Amino acid sequence: MTNAEPTAVPGAPFGAPGTKRPLPSRALVLKIVSALILFGAWEIAGRVPVSLAFPTFLESMGALFRMAVDGTLWTAYAETLQPLAVGVAISAVLGIAIGLWVGLSDFFDWLFSPIFIVMQAAPLAALIPLLVLAYGIGLTSKVLVVCIMAMPVIVLNTAGAVRNTPESMKEMGKAFLASDLSIILKIIIPAASPVIFAGLRLGISAGFIGAILAELKITPTGVGDIITYSRSIADYPSMYAAIFSIILLAVLFLNLLEKTEAVLFKGNQRGYVSD
Amino acid sequence: MDMSQTKTVVVDTVPESAVSTRNISKNYGEVEALRDLSLEFPRGQLISLLGPSGCGKTTLLKIIAGLLEPTSGEVEVNGKTVTGPGPDRAFVFQDFALLPWASVIRNVSFGLEMRGVAKSEREDIAARYIKEVGLGGFENAYPHELSGGMRQRVGLARALSVDAEVLLMDEPFSAVDEQTRRKFQEDLLGLVQNENKTFIFVTHSIEEAVYVSDQIAILLPRPSRVHEIIRPSGFREKGADNIRRDPEYLDIVDQIWASLRTYVE
Ligand SMILES: Nc1ncnc2c1ncn2[C@@H]1O[C@H](COP(=O)(O)OP(=O)(O)O)[C@@H](O)[C@H]1O
Ligand SMILES: [Mg+2]
Repeated sequence: MTNAEPTAVPGAPFGAPGTKRPLPSRALVLKIVSALILFGAWEIAGRVPVSLAFPTFLESMGALFRMAVDGTLWTAYAETLQPLAVGVAISAVLGIAIGLWVGLSDFFDWLFSPIFIVMQAAPLAALIPLLVLAYGIGLTSKVLVVCIMAMPVIVLNTAGAVRNTPESMKEMGKAFLASDLSIILKIIIPAASPVIFAGLRLGISAGFIGAILAELKITPTGVGDIITYSRSIADYPSMYAAIFSIILLAVLFLNLLEKTEAVLFKGNQRGYVSD
Repeated sequence: MDMSQTKTVVVDTVPESAVSTRNISKNYGEVEALRDLSLEFPRGQLISLLGPSGCGKTTLLKIIAGLLEPTSGEVEVNGKTVTGPGPDRAFVFQDFALLPWASVIRNVSFGLEMRGVAKSEREDIAARYIKEVGLGGFENAYPHELSGGMRQRVGLARALSVDAEVLLMDEPFSAVDEQTRRKFQEDLLGLVQNENKTFIFVTHSIEEAVYVSDQIAILLPRPSRVHEIIRPSGFREKGADNIRRDPEYLDIVDQIWASLRTYVE
């Protein structure tokens, strides 16, 4: 008798210990298949063509390769990544901190929630001229655009998740003598983490949009510059290559975030006890 | 001031009761959940709080746990007034209240972790209680992989592992199936005999209360009060299998039903 084999417990049936989740490699295969279908559709649409301004997938990839080789792409990203990285980092750290605070205290909820609800609803394009007026056309304005896009959903998700921590879990913590800090660290944050991470994913995607929007609307720099410039000279493959590269970067980054969550909060993929 | 309660003589040695509640009242806004409730919980016994739902059983148990403040009155545990949760009491929750992201062994050692016990030591202790409640081999399983009965065993092991003198159990078996419940009740009798602890056990099941209790406090609603205290005595030694057939057991079940039936719509 090895200890690893669960022993039968009288009166406590144990359902199907042999059931397996789908293998990760199968998920990977599915991702690749759906990507191939998407690219295939793009190629066909480009060949028909849907519009003269719509290049084929292969043309776009050719342009992407060219820009990667001659270095345009890398200099562009060196520019674009600055407001993006700074803005996303600020939004994530500050957003989660403020969200925890708002979720834990009715006073801060009253104080901050309206700001972020308004921020989320505000038409950003209309705010950009105001930002430029106040902060100029430099990095500050662009970082702010990224933050305005990314932060509200992070704050509101975090606050909501914190507020929805099951009362009985907090009560359990108190009954077993957890300090307020332990209740926050060992119960509230792990319980809220799936929704916090969902907020982070949405916020970071919005941050990517914000970074490009800033470069299109404030001053054309970086990837935004490639898009604007190649459109003005009708080099559509380059334009789509730039758009494709930013989407690719966002997808890769979100996958990295998912992996981080899986490492930090192992229980999250294990499903939740619902009853 | 309410003077209807006769005061007992103050004893300055260790009191007979592990827990006493004195003139507890609790209002939730307009709702009067408990009014002037006094009860003694003798050391080493299992005392049930039995009554229809909504009569304030959970409220009383949480006040004893220190999770709720009474509107007036006080609770003493070993002669000391309760001001909040303490190491002398542990709680078993009706809905188990397990941490879904934590393995069985981490759930069971949670109370020890909060008491600052070192990791290796608390896992040793937790592993021992996991075996004791019959979950050996499931140390690294997660709550969602367990049946309801097994989850409550985890909750029980967590409460036992902190070695509190008083165990507060809020309808611990109400969310498990009938067969598992019977097994739990038998195990509970063993636990009361072997562990030198005081058990305060909330239930709405008459049979369950009569089966497991040394004393049954029957609570009635509107206004909430202790209707009577019943001390089953004759059948405890007859063995787990014979209790349910014992005439005294059946009589007490009938008697309790007679006093409760008018309160059940
Ligand atoms: N947090 C609360 N707020 C308002 N009323 C409550 C609250 N908790 C319990 N009550 C009320 O107090 C009464 C007693 O509740 P409870 O102690 O849960 O009863 P029991 O456990 O016996 O079913 C019920 O009428 C219930 O509606
Ligand atoms: Mg209850």
